[in-house]
Amino acid sequence: MTKRLTTMKHFLASFALALGLLAGTMPAHAEGDGGLMKSGADVRDQASLQRGAKLFFNYCVGCHSLKYMRYSRMAQDLGLTEQEVMQNLNFTGAKFGDPVISHMPEAAAATWFGKSPPDLSLEVEARGADWVYTYLNSFYLDPHSPIGWNNTVLPNAAMPFPLWELQGMQTAEMKAGSAVPEKLVLSHPGTMTPAEYQQATRDLTSFLQYVSEPAALQRRRYGVWVLLFLAFFTFLAYLLKREFWKDVH
Amino acid sequence: MANVFTNIGEWVNERAPGMMPMYRKHMTEYYAPKNFNLWYYFGSLAMLVLVNQIVTGIFLTMNYNPSAAGAFDSVQYIMRDVEWGWLIRYMHSTGASLFFVVVFLHMFRGLMYGSYKKPRELVWLLGMLIFLALMAEAFMGYVLPWGNMSFWGAKVIISLFGTIPYIGNTLVEWIMGDFLPGDATLNRFFALHVIALPLVLLLLVVLHLAALHEVGSNNPDGVEIKKGPKGNRWDALKPADGIPFHPYYTVKDIVGVGFFLLIAAFIIFFAPSLGGWFLEHDNAIRANNLVTPAEIKPVWYFTPFYAIVRMVPSFLGTAVWGVLAMFGAIAVLFVVPWIDRGKVKSIRYRGTGYKVALGVFVLAFFGLGAVGAGITAEVIPEWFGNVDLTTWENLFGRLMTLLYFGFFVFLWAYTYFGWEKTKPVPDRVTTHD
Repeated sequence: MTKRLTTMKHFLASFALALGLLAGTMPAHAEGDGGLMKSGADVRDQASLQRGAKLFFNYCVGCHSLKYMRYSRMAQDLGLTEQEVMQNLNFTGAKFGDPVISHMPEAAAATWFGKSPPDLSLEVEARGADWVYTYLNSFYLDPHSPIGWNNTVLPNAAMPFPLWELQGMQTAEMKAGSAVPEKLVLSHPGTMTPAEYQQATRDLTSFLQYVSEPAALQRRRYGVWVLLFLAFFTFLAYLLKREFWKDVH
Repeated sequence: MANVFTNIGEWVNERAPGMMPMYRKHMTEYYAPKNFNLWYYFGSLAMLVLVNQIVTGIFLTMNYNPSAAGAFDSVQYIMRDVEWGWLIRYMHSTGASLFFVVVFLHMFRGLMYGSYKKPRELVWLLGMLIFLALMAEAFMGYVLPWGNMSFWGAKVIISLFGTIPYIGNTLVEWIMGDFLPGDATLNRFFALHVIALPLVLLLLVVLHLAALHEVGSNNPDGVEIKKGPKGNRWDALKPADGIPFHPYYTVKDIVGVGFFLLIAAFIIFFAPSLGGWFLEHDNAIRANNLVTPAEIKPVWYFTPFYAIVRMVPSFLGTAVWGVLAMFGAIAVLFVVPWIDRGKVKSIRYRGTGYKVALGVFVLAFFGLGAVGAGITAEVIPEWFGNVDLTTWENLFGRLMTLLYFGFFVFLWAYTYFGWEKTKPVPDRVTTHD
């Protein structure tokens, strides 16, 4: 089952649930597919978003921009003050209302990596949360790669693994007689346990999911009330119809 | 207060004495059959969605930038910086898909109850023109966000015209105003999407309704209430089985509107991309003529027609046949009133052959949709293991194409040679709910 088929099933299932007004608690992209791990990312978990933001600004923003995301909007949605954001997350001297732009010079980046690192504003929208989560968990040491790293989700990715200190280093066990990785083994442990690392990448994925659609927070909040109102409205309309139609036989 | 309204009403009436008679003709004295069922909600719902598309579209236009350089960014600007911009955009994008949902159901209703038959052929023809204009409107609207699927979808669809012998390539350049979809394409599609086609659509809707109100609505029994007994509570000369459209069907339609809005609001607020069916993942990437999406496919409502293009093989050195078949699939619907010679309108009293054929037609439509959306390409290896995908997909897709067109051939033969055994049609409408 690929993503669209599974999400269609989810939609039907969650639609039934939502009519029972449970909609506000349905996680998006809850299940993995096509060999991807389940991210369990949840944009309604503000603490997770804050931890994810911290990771992003410590490990990612050196190369990757979020050109559609303003610091000010992020502060507002993540429950952070202007001071907290400007001191702890903004390392480029940008203004509070500015978007998150990496300081990496694009031309130099293209020389270093073969291509300039992509903007990540819409990464989760384009690839899905599970893909991003799995990608962050699938780096392995590869002596044949020019950068020393490879990735099972995006083979021959131009990106070195910036989180190696946290996760440690994985090596790949190849399928018999081929160069296709069968499974990844943690050969050098990092500063985090595997469970801690998975939580950290889940936080990072949640944060990127939030960045790809900040309105998701608002729409879920308003949605419940809109549905309640419409249910009430439909009920009244039904009573009105029944009253008018009493004399039609 | 009431006095003020009465005075205004009188003031208008003195100056435009034709207004009230027109209102009565189309609302309070338009007698619709009293037995409309669930299938009769979709006409008014289509009008509701049309209004939604126009109103939300106006607000999107205020912040959208119709240029290859600025379009993609302006959509994100609407999503993030414009107050309620996300809601307006999701109402518009969800509305586009739901427009096709209700229009498909509305058309199916027409097929099921024979609403295209004499004396309603003109109503059907105008409706088909609306469908055609709607497809053009939707296609051009899909290009405007300038995502990568917008770009490649536009390129593939416009290239279809390139299969026309001799003039094809020139025609493609003329449509795009460039050698690739670009600034010129986006600008003209914007003009057509926000001005030209909405005007055409509105005019056609007015004509569709005017034509309908001349002959009166059909109903699930396919009984002509105008030919039945006369005299109801409101008018001794009007059909006994008719009730005034207002207030009876206006209050009934409001219930339908409530249900419809519940579904629409659920999608808008909880699943606006509907897992990639209403807003496609590849469109979160800016248009890029150097990077082809893994799988180029149109939005779901075009998939059955797109599948026909893909499934019809090229021969005599040209691929134009697939394109002709695709347009033929729509064109054949125009002439349904003359293909179907059956005297009985409603499926309730038609022969078993018709019921089976219509069911098969619907399955073929879904089957073609599955091919066009790439579902068969995923499911065949999953269900049947390591088989030759192209062969099996072609086999399935061509069978579905044959069944699609076969429906019309069967319908003609079935009714022309008098093979259909119909049930007696009652004199009066039977039930209402």
